[in-house]
Amino acid sequence: MATYAPLDIPEDGKLAHNIAHFARALRKAGLPVGPGRTLDAVNAVAAAGFDRREDFYFTLQAIFVSRPEERSLFAQVFRLFWRDPRYLDHMMSLMLPQVHGVQEDRIAQAAEKRAAEALLDGQLPPAPKSDTPEGEQIEIDASSTMSSEERLKTLDFEQMSAGEIADAKRMLAKLSLPVQPLKTRRSQASTLTTRIDARRTLREAMRHGGELTTLKYKAPVTRWPNLVVLCDISGSMADYSRMVLHFVHAVANRKGQGWARVHAFTFGTRLTNITRHLRARDVDAALKAAGSEAQDWSGGTRIGQSLHTFNRDWSRRVLGQGAVVLLITDGLDRDDTALLRHETERLHLSCRRLIWLNPLLRWTGFAPKAAGIRAILPNVDSFRAGHSIASLEALGRAISEPSDHGERDRLMAAIRT
Amino acid sequence: MTPIPQSIDAVETLLASQGYVASRALATVVFLSLKLGRPLFLEGEAGTGKTEIAKTLATALGRRLIRLQCYEGLDAASAVAEWNFAAQMIAIRTAEGATDRDALQAELFTEDYLIERPLLAAMRPQPGGAPVLLIDELDRTDEPFEAFLLEALSDFQVTIPELGTIKAPEPPIVILTSNRTREVHDALKRRCLYHWVDYPTFDRELDILHARAPEAQAQLSREIVAFVQKLRREDLFKRPGVAETIDWAKCLLALDVIALSPEVISDTLGAILKYQDDIQKLQGSEAKRLLDEVKRELVPA
Repeated sequence: MATYAPLDIPEDGKLAHNIAHFARALRKAGLPVGPGRTLDAVNAVAAAGFDRREDFYFTLQAIFVSRPEERSLFAQVFRLFWRDPRYLDHMMSLMLPQVHGVQEDRIAQAAEKRAAEALLDGQLPPAPKSDTPEGEQIEIDASSTMSSEERLKTLDFEQMSAGEIADAKRMLAKLSLPVQPLKTRRSQASTLTTRIDARRTLREAMRHGGELTTLKYKAPVTRWPNLVVLCDISGSMADYSRMVLHFVHAVANRKGQGWARVHAFTFGTRLTNITRHLRARDVDAALKAAGSEAQDWSGGTRIGQSLHTFNRDWSRRVLGQGAVVLLITDGLDRDDTALLRHETERLHLSCRRLIWLNPLLRWTGFAPKAAGIRAILPNVDSFRAGHSIASLEALGRAISEPSDHGERDRLMAAIRT
Repeated sequence: MTPIPQSIDAVETLLASQGYVASRALATVVFLSLKLGRPLFLEGEAGTGKTEIAKTLATALGRRLIRLQCYEGLDAASAVAEWNFAAQMIAIRTAEGATDRDALQAELFTEDYLIERPLLAAMRPQPGGAPVLLIDELDRTDEPFEAFLLEALSDFQVTIPELGTIKAPEPPIVILTSNRTREVHDALKRRCLYHWVDYPTFDRELDILHARAPEAQAQLSREIVAFVQKLRREDLFKRPGVAETIDWAKCLLALDVIALSPEVISDTLGAILKYQDDIQKLQGSEAKRLLDEVKRELVPA
């Protein structure tokens, strides 16, 4: 490792400029940094002093970072940026094979890579295109084999048949998912004569010289709950989950129909958060982005493990405000059913309502024989089919009707006998 | 009245004098927040000392601590001020027959009939200087309340329709905390200095335990901290925070425990783990395995 050139601080300080450049580098690396924050940073550094590198780092971090995930990216940009500029040129050329090389030994960490790309913007030759032929790919249809091997491939949504697309569109045109609003503890003016609004009554009275002529009333404000969708995309569900994600996209993007926020996750062998992708207005673009994010499309399934990940990492962040959970899976899980029972129980305890959509229920004479289904069933509030337009419409009614259990009770009876 | 510390080192010393062991990063943001007069937004897992920092600062600086505990449906009436409706009604009745309506109006909507709530109280001058305003567990309120806070936090003023705008003569020291059960809006974060409070390292947690439970023997403290640190690496639903470490140490002291044993751990597990799933996972042999590992690692020290 080369030694640093001695850093002597020149008389006409360029520190403010450098902080501005640093802010631009952060912005390019994807941190939401505006001019206001740059100004704050200059003030903060002036206040905190510039004598210890560590303090300088924490000072800038306090200003520029506002989410825990951003810390690693910030650390990388900081490390690359704040060194002697002459040294930086040298380092950049050293960085080249590390970031864009084909035969790199280790995969550069995601944050490091983004940091490097932000700083090296436009100075890099384009990455060499790999022109080795991909070779013949052997397609395995896992839709009924239940292999737990993870098929790391990106699903192409273009492959949807025309009939499928037409069906989906027709279905979506008709669908909505009505929901009952929740009462909050806050109140607003109302004509319902239930609760007296003392403040408004008195202000009204003051207009008539302190004479109480009319009473004013208030009623609780209502708000919409959040919806959390957990969608199984394993091989046995693949054909179905494409349709369901179309439906979820429509629910997430339809304005004024309820649902404050819609969070969506997919799982097969691992859990993927696709909420961000579903915000794209165009359903094809949204599902394509979601498809490339979820690497385990049409692979095996580990429901228990995926729910465990969800419970541990996400449940406290998305289930807080009385969220309703829509679990879409066939419940065919080869893994440990004790874990599955345990995790669905935890999920049920942390949400307002857990609704299970199972496409298998479309078969008449469906009986809860599989161990996975028996594990999930006791822990759901409602169990529904949801394989057709009619059943998804019924789902709308199920969500707005708190006492609805769908087919749960009938099947629970079947389990007991 | 203690003056505001003028360097990061001074902040560290000030906090340490009250038994709060802060990391350099935390001391830096606290210093900046005091120096620049910006609210401090602390996010992190439960039990990592976010609320405690506000209490410590208030005691150390000799300021009044005003706490606004957030909850779902918190509204302006319970956060800023409320009119004392009953007193106003009595005033109207006693003034009956009086003809001067304007005088009545002026009298009824004065501060005599106003019930102060935390936000308004924080804008008032206090003995000992501007108070420390702790807005605790902000993630428990809803988004409209966050938006309402924007005025209070950026201009340090609140508006009461009948009275007008009340501006703080000296800005309070504001500390907001969140457990991150949902994301707080960027508009609010932008007005604050942000810091993610992490679990402490082994050495720092040991310092914290020494400061908070000084009566614990050195060896027992080391075992406690090493065991809790090990627990945090396990796959648990809720990992224990520093508060749990201190609680547990106090439990063990109350039981006159000198060294950890699997039996003692399983008897007192409720002090560190708060979910039945987690406790079940740790019952029996698992606790013994962890304890053995801890003891092996501690031997060379």
